[in-house]
Amino acid sequence: MLSPADLQESVVPAPSSGPSLAPKPGRSAFCRAAGLSLAALARLLAGSSVRWIASQPDTCQRIYFANHTSHLDALIIWASLPQTVREVTRPVAAKDYWSRGIVRRWLAQEVFDAILIDRTAIKVHQSPVDLMLREAGTSHSLIVFPEGSRSVSGEIDEFKSGLYYLAKKRPDIELIPVHIDNLNRVLPRGEFLPVPLLSCISFGPPLWLERGEAKLDFLARARRAVMSLKE
Amino acid sequence: MNDIRTIALITGVLALLTAVTAVGQFLKRHPDRGLDPAAVRTFNLRIRGWWVLCTVLAAAFWLGTTATVVLFGLVSFWALREFITLTPTRKGDHRALFWVFFAFTPLHYLLVGLNRYDIFSVFLPVYATLFVLARVAFAGDYKRFLERTAKIQAGLVVCVYCLSFAPALLQIPIEGAGAVGRSANFRLLFFLILLVQFADCMQYVWSRMLGRRLVAGAVSSNRTWEGLVGSAASTALLAAALWWAAPPFQPWQAALAGLVVATMGFAGGMTMSAIKRDRGVKDYGTLVVGHGGVLDRIDSICFAAPVFYHITLLVTGAGL
Repeated sequence: MLSPADLQESVVPAPSSGPSLAPKPGRSAFCRAAGLSLAALARLLAGSSVRWIASQPDTCQRIYFANHTSHLDALIIWASLPQTVREVTRPVAAKDYWSRGIVRRWLAQEVFDAILIDRTAIKVHQSPVDLMLREAGTSHSLIVFPEGSRSVSGEIDEFKSGLYYLAKKRPDIELIPVHIDNLNRVLPRGEFLPVPLLSCISFGPPLWLERGEAKLDFLARARRAVMSLKE
Repeated sequence: MNDIRTIALITGVLALLTAVTAVGQFLKRHPDRGLDPAAVRTFNLRIRGWWVLCTVLAAAFWLGTTATVVLFGLVSFWALREFITLTPTRKGDHRALFWVFFAFTPLHYLLVGLNRYDIFSVFLPVYATLFVLARVAFAGDYKRFLERTAKIQAGLVVCVYCLSFAPALLQIPIEGAGAVGRSANFRLLFFLILLVQFADCMQYVWSRMLGRRLVAGAVSSNRTWEGLVGSAASTALLAAALWWAAPPFQPWQAALAGLVVATMGFAGGMTMSAIKRDRGVKDYGTLVVGHGGVLDRIDSICFAAPVFYHITLLVTGAGL
């Protein structure tokens, strides 16, 4: 996810003010088929096994937040969800990467139905948090990466504050920690050919912003929740 | 007629499997026999594994040589995947690994399928090794260079090169095998797998019954010298008794092959144990929940297959 640390609180959008909540009518059967086969291919290639730890897949509105190690992360999390959940889940991705070239743009827009964030133009008056919540409406779930960009060291970096504002503005949404293991070896930063190792995606129990919890405390707790799934 | 032997072998194996399945279910239903329930569960899981193994092998045999080579190729690919996942690699190894998985492994199995023993016997151990060394050097990361390249090479040799000698058995010309010659080769492959599985079991049984002296307690807490000797002897006996099923062998040659196969299988189990101990896991399957751990199942076959292949070549006089 791509929110700046100095994000100001802005007006809370009422959930009902979101756009139409039905699946986008523009998604053709072809795009759905492409999505299905891509999900299957991604899971095969990354050999990903999926674990739900004290947690269950559900179509209720959620924000999945994960450590970020590879370009495949959003795709693999999306592919790891059951199909009914996948239908209502939209990855949040960087515009500069995902709108380059016809294939990527088509994948992002038509197949994953991604919410693209412009990393270069993040300003207070067009906060990505508001954009995400507007796009999520009252039925869509989001996949976000609170570290902001892919970790270089392999460790989980400090979380940016966007997750806190998401939790604060929409306290009704479940926040699901997700840990991605070994995917950085499948497709490391700066590589474009994958190596088919085995990876593991762990979904943890939901958490919420506690009443009166400070921003840094919350972000540290959320980060620990992701790390605790590593085992 | 040659196929009577195939039918006899299949019937025998099915009868044996049915019998041990019945024993396993009996032990499961009667937990009051004073047996360790965990051991009974392991036993039953093992039996289920054999049924799966037999079904898959039967399907591959029925589809023919090419299908069997492809099947073993896929098993190698998956085993190598587990091996490299468990082995720490650095980013500088990434490109080399890509070629190892997507070029060298499939090409090697293509050569096996084409029966080019002259090339496939050196392709991985020589050319892939040279490539990996050079590619990692070109990537510019010299930290622990030999250690990293050795890991990749060990994975390639054990998971791909050695295992591929099992389907390569299908290509050995067997004198006097008659018109249904291929079925003789399939029996040979089945003979190898049967001996390896039997040796594994006997090793466990003998270690349990008489085991005193551990071979290396730090590496494996249940592999003993008594288990090794007992398993080698019993496997040799079984092989001699089944000599009629393995076309080129006289009884004494079959017994010798059984002895060697059991010993190599034992060595394979020890080797994989050592790697697992070093990485701090119990089996390759626990690394990723939900995956069976293919490498745990094939470690003995990997070590036994090349030796068995060359013994067969010696006996048939087809090469060497």
